[in-house]
Amino acid sequence: MTSTPSTPSGPAGGGPRAEWPLYEVFVRGKRGLNHVHVGSLHAADDTMALHHARDVYTRRNEGVSIWVVRADAITASSPDEKDPLFAPSGDKVYRHPTFYDVPADVPHM
Amino acid sequence: MSTSTDERADEARREPQVEQQLEERFEAVIARHERIEPRDWMPEGYRRTLVRQVAQHAHSEIIGMQPEGNWLTRAPSLRRKAVLLAKVQDEAGHGLYLYSACETLGVSRAELTDMLIEGRQKYSSIFNYPTLSYADVGTIGWLVDGAAICNQVPLCRTSYGPYGRAMIRICKEESFHQRQGYELLMTMMAGTDEQRAMVQESVDRFWWPALMMFGPPDDASPNTARSLAWGIKRNTNDELRQKFVDMTVPQAERLGVTLPDPELRWNEERGAHDFGQPDWDELTRVISGAGPCNAERIAHRRRAHEEGTWVRDAASAYAARRADDARHQKETAR
Repeated sequence: MTSTPSTPSGPAGGGPRAEWPLYEVFVRGKRGLNHVHVGSLHAADDTMALHHARDVYTRRNEGVSIWVVRADAITASSPDEKDPLFAPSGDKVYRHPTFYDVPADVPHM
Repeated sequence: MSTSTDERADEARREPQVEQQLEERFEAVIARHERIEPRDWMPEGYRRTLVRQVAQHAHSEIIGMQPEGNWLTRAPSLRRKAVLLAKVQDEAGHGLYLYSACETLGVSRAELTDMLIEGRQKYSSIFNYPTLSYADVGTIGWLVDGAAICNQVPLCRTSYGPYGRAMIRICKEESFHQRQGYELLMTMMAGTDEQRAMVQESVDRFWWPALMMFGPPDDASPNTARSLAWGIKRNTNDELRQKFVDMTVPQAERLGVTLPDPELRWNEERGAHDFGQPDWDELTRVISGAGPCNAERIAHRRRAHEEGTWVRDAASAYAARRADDARHQKETAR
């Protein structure tokens, strides 16, 4: 995750202008569904991020609820950890229903 | 996210063996038609090609607001005005989706804006043509957005995840754009002789520039092969151009307009239309900055950016002040 350096352009009085922080946007499509990541945007603060998310990502009834979260507040697994992190679940076939032999004539199973 | 990509790229340069391993892993993902995601290692050429293409695409959406925006205050009815406003707002949204996708490759929004207004990155040549009559609003929806859809539908399967996801959102909204344009033209074609003449004149002006939107012919497009191999592009320029012509001819017939190409005819053997070549020198001229509206489009974008400075500053100051107040309140409550 990067916080981007400022662009020292324009006649701003308050020193170099930093780019607004990046927010990730999650939208609940309808009641009963999870919030799903839909994209990202820049905003000066949380309130503005929510307003922008509404304008950018829900112009056509795409959602009933929005979450915004600063991108630098997200902790993510690294792609390099793919094997050590996810491999252990690969050999636990007994966690799947197909592991168990049940006669075909047993009903409702 | 981008930092870790860069760091890993640096490491890879130090260790040729590691780089080869990373590249093999990358190629394997591409070969399986899976997607590359922001934190994956990627060859520098892949990243550079994507930045150029996605940025150019984003800039096109943003500059694309101008030709049609020209008619917002002169739309002939409240209904047409509401439709046009919604469409222009969508273009802004599309630009923002694409800028977000581009930023995951390690370029900042500020850099992208600067590169556009300093002319260091390009946008689609089509937006350098003027919108001289209201019929152009319809023609742009029908032909320009139609061509964009041809280009964009296959890009939903592009190998870079964030780009593909942005394209899916955009394609969903783009079909409204094309249909409103076609409906506008149908309405005018059902009007007076003068209105029909307006539509024909508009189609005459936009047909060839619309064909140019697919880029130079394949034998003059040196980057195509590489982009296809990386799964960034899914079709060549000429394939998409052919598809667009074949889609558009019956729509033109139904509308009752003539496409201004004397060589346009159905080729039974190929099962496709033969058609004439656009003036490729004109495309080169327009791309290199000498189109009818290049200077005006960039100047307008620059002005909007500069005149918006105080708004961005005010929002930043307000956010800083609220953060200060909140901190202060917390401290006094303690």
